[in-house]
Amino acid sequence: MPMTNFDIKNIDPEKEDNLSFEELIVNMGPQHPSTHGVLYLELTLDGEVVLDCRPHIGYLHRSCEKIAENRTYVQFIPFTDRLDYLASMNNNLGYVLTVEKLLNLQVNERAQYIRVIIAELNRVASHLISAGTLAQDLGAYATPLFYCFRDREKIVELFDTLCGSRLTYNYMRIGGVKNDLPPGADTSIKSFIKYEREKLKEYDDLLTYNAIFLSRTKKVGILKKEVAINYSITGPNLRASGVPWDLRKEEPYLVYDRFNFDVPVGEAGDAWDRFKVRLEEIEQSFRIIEQALGGIPEGNPTVKINKVYKPAAGEVYLRTENPKGELGFYIVSDGTTKPYRNKIRSPSFSNLAVLPELVRGVNISDAVCVLGSLDIVMGEIDR
Amino acid sequence: MDLQELTKILNERFPGVLGEENKTAVVIKKESLLEVARFLREDDCAFENLHCVTAVDRRDKMELVYHLYSFKLKFMLTLKIYLASDDLAVETLSGIWKSANWLEREVYDLFGIKFLNHPDMRRILNPEEWTDYPLRKDFDRPDFIRLPQTEGLKAGG
Repeated sequence: MPMTNFDIKNIDPEKEDNLSFEELIVNMGPQHPSTHGVLYLELTLDGEVVLDCRPHIGYLHRSCEKIAENRTYVQFIPFTDRLDYLASMNNNLGYVLTVEKLLNLQVNERAQYIRVIIAELNRVASHLISAGTLAQDLGAYATPLFYCFRDREKIVELFDTLCGSRLTYNYMRIGGVKNDLPPGADTSIKSFIKYEREKLKEYDDLLTYNAIFLSRTKKVGILKKEVAINYSITGPNLRASGVPWDLRKEEPYLVYDRFNFDVPVGEAGDAWDRFKVRLEEIEQSFRIIEQALGGIPEGNPTVKINKVYKPAAGEVYLRTENPKGELGFYIVSDGTTKPYRNKIRSPSFSNLAVLPELVRGVNISDAVCVLGSLDIVMGEIDR
Repeated sequence: MDLQELTKILNERFPGVLGEENKTAVVIKKESLLEVARFLREDDCAFENLHCVTAVDRRDKMELVYHLYSFKLKFMLTLKIYLASDDLAVETLSGIWKSANWLEREVYDLFGIKFLNHPDMRRILNPEEWTDYPLRKDFDRPDFIRLPQTEGLKAGG
């Protein structure tokens, strides 16, 4: 029935012929508060139920891989900050580790310990934002988000005293780090851990076991183990589906094999599990940091930077465990000062690809919950 | 499991499929991609995770690189195919690994390699009106941006 001839008087609710059914296409984004950046979802709806979802990406595409081909190996480090801008240290780390493997460069122990501490602190910061924004998406307006940002601020301030920037650090160097831990860093990190452990208990009361939060996230967006592996999902999203897979444990890089920590695993693979796994990973990161601070050797972690490096022709594919999942760099060298090809395999790209599968048949409000629980960052999807 | 063992297994199973020798990767012929991929996905090797698909423009030919991971063997396999510059088309793997869907779209978008029988062969990062392939080595207009639907208007520069 065309809408122009619609007259409420002619409608007889008893007669089904008078009711019209229509699929509706709703454009969610690219400017939308709960798409975590400039993501555009084309949702086909039947009433409130999502029938299909087509994600459109690329609004933040800067062609980082082409830029890399025209820069020296050292010059590309700051660009990695802008990929996953919530975990810049981890991106720095993934990139310099790949280049070091290409160069066969040894890094001294103190630098490796500092890298572990810094990477884990940034993981905590990233997971805090993920927890806060998910609660915000579900309508827990402002409070959890501000709490999480308040805690993250302490990490950001620590990084500020460490390297002079708050968001894009450019701290890791090929062969070491930019500078040593500042005096007193040891105590301030330890007091932050003590503070945050108290706060995590508070978040459990506020969110994790809150009846409303549970009813919004339990059994929503269930990601089965087989589907997750088939879509190449990595990181907390994979672990929430019940796969105990963590690169720091399975294929340790740096000095991760020296520390005791657990790999938190979910059961059902729903949105709540993904949230819970992240919160538990914060505690595991604290354990790693404490052990690293306890065993950190003396030495000079800084290096005098070469302006150019000339790796022998060859190629390296190396993955690191980022807060979002496995970040891979595939660098092909042709023996010159610039990489011939630098492919960035970003975890969020694969994690977002599974979204249409998860939101088919759920309410549009739950689609927001599923997207929030996947914890994507558009900066590294579009690159 | 290491690369040599796997090369041996593949050689026995699919004689004549392997291309030139390579220290870090298994190079196979383009025509046999699907059957080799299906074999690798099955129980013996259990490469369940297609981690990354990308390409490298070697100027005279195009190199297609697949990174497959097996949780069972704890091994990352680099599988390579060489495509002639005038025949940039290959079968899709999205029927075997779902992750191939977006990864192959990205390769199509940036390199112009067509994946046959792909369920959704569109550009993914660049606008659909865009006609170039930015990661090819002969892409020589990095600061020239042609805006879509603006005929006669000088853009970028």
